Amino acid sequence: MTQGFSGKNSNDVTVAAIRQGDITIDDVRIHPETLEHQAQVAEQHGNPQLAANFRRAAELTSMADDEVLALYDALRPGRSSQEQLVAHAESLEARGAVRNAELFRQAASAYARRGLTAK
Amino acid sequence: MSEQPIGRFRFMDQQNVNLDGFATPDAELGLIAFDSPHDPTPSISIHNGEVVSMDGKTIDEFDTIDEFIALHGLDLSIAEEAMAIDSLQFARELVDPNVARARIVKLASGMTPAKLAEVLAKLSAAELVIAMTKLRARRTPSNQAHVTNRSDDPLLLAADAATAAAFGFREIETTVPVAGDAPSNAIAVSIGAAVASPGMLVQCSVEEAAELAMGMRGLVSYAETVSLYGTEQIFVDGDDTPWSKAFLTSAYASRGIKMRVTSGGGAEALMGGAQKCSMFYLEARCVSLARAIGSQGVQNGGIDSASVAGSVPGGVRSLMAENLMVMVRNLEACTGNDALMSESDVRRTSRTHPIFIAGSDFICSGFGSIQRYDNMFGPSQWNSEDIDDFLAMQRDWGVDGGLRTAQEPDVAAARRRATEAVTAVYKWLGLGDFTSAWAEQAIDAAGSKDVPDADLMLPLSASRTILDTNVTMLDVIAALAETGFDVEAERCLDMLKARVAGDYLQTAAIFDEEMNVLSLVTDPNIYSGPGTGYRPSEKRQKEIDTIRQQKSVSDIRNEQATYRTEDLVATGNADVSHDPRDVVIGVSPATGREIWQTLSGISVSDALRELLAGLEEEGCVGRIVRINDTVDLGMLGLQAARMSGSGISIGLQAKGTALIHRRDLAPLANLELYSVAPTLDKELYRLMGINAGRHAKGATPEPMRNPYSDEAIEARYHTRVVGLVAIERECSSDTAPEAMEVTR
Repeated sequence: MTQGFSGKNSNDVTVAAIRQGDITIDDVRIHPETLEHQAQVAEQHGNPQLAANFRRAAELTSMADDEVLALYDALRPGRSSQEQLVAHAESLEARGAVRNAELFRQAASAYARRGLTAK
Repeated sequence: MSEQPIGRFRFMDQQNVNLDGFATPDAELGLIAFDSPHDPTPSISIHNGEVVSMDGKTIDEFDTIDEFIALHGLDLSIAEEAMAIDSLQFARELVDPNVARARIVKLASGMTPAKLAEVLAKLSAAELVIAMTKLRARRTPSNQAHVTNRSDDPLLLAADAATAAAFGFREIETTVPVAGDAPSNAIAVSIGAAVASPGMLVQCSVEEAAELAMGMRGLVSYAETVSLYGTEQIFVDGDDTPWSKAFLTSAYASRGIKMRVTSGGGAEALMGGAQKCSMFYLEARCVSLARAIGSQGVQNGGIDSASVAGSVPGGVRSLMAENLMVMVRNLEACTGNDALMSESDVRRTSRTHPIFIAGSDFICSGFGSIQRYDNMFGPSQWNSEDIDDFLAMQRDWGVDGGLRTAQEPDVAAARRRATEAVTAVYKWLGLGDFTSAWAEQAIDAAGSKDVPDADLMLPLSASRTILDTNVTMLDVIAALAETGFDVEAERCLDMLKARVAGDYLQTAAIFDEEMNVLSLVTDPNIYSGPGTGYRPSEKRQKEIDTIRQQKSVSDIRNEQATYRTEDLVATGNADVSHDPRDVVIGVSPATGREIWQTLSGISVSDALRELLAGLEEEGCVGRIVRINDTVDLGMLGLQAARMSGSGISIGLQAKGTALIHRRDLAPLANLELYSVAPTLDKELYRLMGINAGRHAKGATPEPMRNPYSDEAIEARYHTRVVGLVAIERECSSDTAPEAMEVTR
């Protein structure tokens, strides 16, 4: 039994329900617990990096599409200062997105060293 | 002396292969497949659980690619053991059926890019095939199609997506010539694919953020064009870093969307940023990074720079070795054979063939299922004109290349339904209206040039409406259901629900037509020598073996029946003649019974009329006798000669092969043989009649030379010959020779 991000049971997501306007995109989005389950499967099949990705993804499920897109943009080269990257890390950490926060911290350090921060 | 090369070289220079560019290897420019003198020696040093040097660089020298790999990409618990293994020894393990895949991927997870590059460079072409057979992630091979067109015509996209699904592709990649058209394209392809099959994965390749945004709306079900590069400079030129790409990878997974990255040897050299390294080493960095960022798979094998790799010695081998490296890293391999890497049909086939027989997760990371001119990625290695070639190759080798034969009425019906579904959905959602003339053209079209009525503005305005009114796949599903396309609505919904379950996020996942996920997890490739690994099911083998062009004896018999005429009839027993002008034309048992047309496409009656007319020109009298007890042309001719007053005969098999015989010769001897039946036209039968007459009179004939051509006559006709001879044999009996007449 799988539930969507909204908590709606997948079995209740039917064409009829969509026609009645009862289904939102959150009903057909993945739930963080499902990603954790998939992370465990990936680990059992010799790919801890894929598992780590699924766990970072689980942290992003609760964020709005626009915020996810904005965070991606912030990580592109030359977009953010080291301080901005660290600030993103702190904000993510405060919301429990510790794995993504770690990614931003590493980026802050690496970008500074390699000249990839905003000029 | 002329300055012009001799004719043999002028002729050779004109061949297609000489349109290809061939580069003198130049390590300074990165124009070298393997082993640049500047490639680092494999090494690793770990202190307190941290990589402090790798592949010849210390931690303070790491660029962002090195750093990300060092931080995330290696299993440090096994790295020192793995790096200590002799590279040749490990290369041997890759091809050894007794060494489990699990051991290979475990050890490889501790190997640096330079180490794995060193290992894989040791494999010969044949060894790459075995290693790929053994090491790919998913047991069942598959294939991906490009579906695009110059006009972003939604009706043609839908019809072509349905066609691709009908031919067996399990993934469809579309893209746009006009960036703004992307949402319309994604919807049209998704609908078209759903018409022909459940479980079709669809992507629309555009700029990274735009592609993710479409995925979030449910308009596409996977992403692939997430590019990695092997040098930091080129990576940053691509407006990304390993960290942004890692985040993007997680962003896709956070919406339950399958994703793989793209890289490929030669890309850095093409962009002038190879830093003197070999293509293969730089690609080893990309593949290592792909694993490090948590991508489930990689599309590589040159891709857009395949022709750069193809221009240097060993380059094509390096493309395949790149693919194998992905498999060794325990990732899904979408194995290139994508951008056309040669103008030569021989070279492009040679480039694909080892991968085709080894099998991969996706043989082509874009088989151009549409016209070359409609492929907005550029022409592919394989295109719509090659689908039948590919199906024949599958059948020849008994190989599953992911395709299947589709019957014309089925494809025609699917194309019609696809255009109807798109028309209905676009109308329902207020995205645009299509004329029936446009739809009819799209259904029939081989390509967008056949759809002059397409409105080029419609996809753009439809896309704006999709974005402005926030149309998601839920709206598309509702529209499909409201307009009577219930099956397609269910199939599109199944693809949305697949994201909720998340099983297709696992390595190398596709859906079969029952919506089962086939992946590294559910369909692992376990190969341990002959008799193991992937074997097509009985049903699948039948699909591979049964192409639409194949003919049985009964097909040939039925075809001959359509040529049946009433102008060639048996009239009674045939006698021996003593008239010196008498020339018997001995015909085979199926003549006037089952075989009515020769291999050259003329009727047997017409061939006989020409023979008779030729004899008459020389003052002889031809007489047709059906010899019923032999199908052998020599015996036919000899028996006829023994009944002939002149002692000269013509033997004619109904399929058209003929000879001139004389009664005192041995059966297999003859005076003239006209053996290449497919080339024998009426004029030649007339000449044969004349010559037989001259033999009868003791005059000098003008021996006819069999016309030759550069066509593959045997390929064209041998199967039909086997069938026609079988029919002759069925018609033969002890019945005495019969006189026959052909009416004028």
